[in-house]
Amino acid sequence: MRTAAGSLDLAAPIALARRRGAWQTLLRDLRRNRGVYLMLAPVVLYYLIFHYGPMYGAVIAFQDFNPVKGVLGSKWIGLQNFQDFFASVYFARLMVNTVAISVLDLVFGFPAPIILALLLNELRWNPFKGLVQTVTYLPHFISVVVVVGMLFDFFARDGLVNDLIASASPTAFMQSPEWFRQLFVGSGIWQQVGWGSIVYLAAIANIDPQLYDAAKVDGASRFKLIRHVTLPGILPVIVILLILRLGSIMSVGYEKIILMYNPLTYETADVISTYVFRRGILQADFSFSAAVGLFNSVINFGLLLAANRISRRLTDSSLW
Amino acid sequence: MVGARRIRLKESRGERLFGMGNVALMLALIVVTLYPLLYVLFASLSNPTLLAGHRGLLFGPLSLSLEAYRRVFENPMILTGYRNTLFYVVAGTTLNVLMTALGAYALSRRNLLLKNPVMFLIVFTMFFSGGLIPTYLLVGQTLHMQDTPWALIVPGAITTINLIIMRTAFNAVPVSLDEAARLDGANDWTILFKIYLPLSLPVVAVMILFYGVAHWNSFFPAMVYLRTRELYPLQLVLREILISSNVQNMTTDVSSGDVFAIGETIKYATIIVATAPILLVYPFLQRYFVKGVMIGAIKE
Repeated sequence: MRTAAGSLDLAAPIALARRRGAWQTLLRDLRRNRGVYLMLAPVVLYYLIFHYGPMYGAVIAFQDFNPVKGVLGSKWIGLQNFQDFFASVYFARLMVNTVAISVLDLVFGFPAPIILALLLNELRWNPFKGLVQTVTYLPHFISVVVVVGMLFDFFARDGLVNDLIASASPTAFMQSPEWFRQLFVGSGIWQQVGWGSIVYLAAIANIDPQLYDAAKVDGASRFKLIRHVTLPGILPVIVILLILRLGSIMSVGYEKIILMYNPLTYETADVISTYVFRRGILQADFSFSAAVGLFNSVINFGLLLAANRISRRLTDSSLW
Repeated sequence: MVGARRIRLKESRGERLFGMGNVALMLALIVVTLYPLLYVLFASLSNPTLLAGHRGLLFGPLSLSLEAYRRVFENPMILTGYRNTLFYVVAGTTLNVLMTALGAYALSRRNLLLKNPVMFLIVFTMFFSGGLIPTYLLVGQTLHMQDTPWALIVPGAITTINLIIMRTAFNAVPVSLDEAARLDGANDWTILFKIYLPLSLPVVAVMILFYGVAHWNSFFPAMVYLRTRELYPLQLVLREILISSNVQNMTTDVSSGDVFAIGETIKYATIIVATAPILLVYPFLQRYFVKGVMIGAIKE
């Protein structure tokens, strides 16, 4: 996939160059812009080492990798690691959990900032609007460790939330599998809804005010303005962000889950990326976990391509 | 106050009701967002024994006590963590901004033959990655960064979206300035550092803030690569205190019956100590952050 797409992109300048003597043109360009290329060199080197290096390293997914022998010395075993993963007792659970958390986040987390932006736009008194913005952006800057620490505290058996519910039998939320997803997605919305609304507010600010005036002259109500002017105005931004979100539906971040989950909640909390982390880094089962990770990356990339293609066909918006 | 420039028609009852409901909803949002933080602040300043016996909401500290803060600041791990985090933030952000500026400048040149292939090479990494394990093996073993500060600084030297934001800003610098400087004999380094960066200060500020906050809040690379406790950043120390509930070294002089109560206030105080610096500077820098998001939202 990489080479195919890469050569496509290279094709235009190189074909042009070949007509005038490819090497000479390239060499002349390198010489003329050597100062710029010198600046670009560390950047390209960084990407080659730290991004393309791991892509090369991912071949251990097809090996019985031994760190002492290295990638070149380890035995090749084909698709064995992948077959083991598909046959493993965890496969179904990991897929279900990953998709369930993603879909919950898509259904509740994705629209939340859009709704907030629309509501903020309807506030008439600017100082109040500014206050709501300042306050709702704030949690974005709190570290995930602190947010999860607060969750543990507020949702403990003797925590604030149980105090407020005042039930006879308090729930240990953080130890209950049936509560994990709600807490994960809910705290994510709490932390990111304000920050996520900035993009949409920017898009709303770019809508031509004359559109509103024209609609008002035609007798449009406040709700009709939202429905027929504001929403269509920010639709391209919504579509782009939705494509990106659909493309990552199989990738739930491991950082927050690793802090939040425990063996009691694995049955709903363990996702592909956290499983890779445990098998790979904690248990040093490198080849197997690299295979699971690669499987995940390939699916993500495929989903992104598919989402982009669908969007290009249905609307005018696409990533490329 | 000022006469409305836009047309405003008389509102129907439904619209007025919606307006009032909206304000009420926003007020509720403010409470839901702020109250957890206020609760933590009040609890951290409370008397441990009173707090342990208290049920329900707090509307102020329960008999003001700085006991928890004294213990937090006497904990050598918190102080080491703070110092280490400051180092990672300063060193990491310096490298980040420098590398990002180099890449953004080079890729904003109009006549570079390899510009599009390099841009593709870079943007592709936003959509496909080799995964956690190959990265871990590369950084930790092949490059021998295991248990060194390098592991927290070098592998994340550039965040691609930030590179794109900065390039967008550089693209807006007029070419004529560039050409004039070149006629005066300036080379690319001079043009970058004497023209582009000074003209793009708001974006440089955005970069410093984005990268700086990311370093301040980061815990995962440290958790994976660091073994030596003396190298731990603050977030990793926090993780032990908040999530593993490890408060022993702050409660050695406390009788076992009080450990729980004091431990709770210590947790709250730790959250405040670790979060206050960012929350205090944030309102003043908010417009820069917002600007960064908006530049990033411009599609090319």
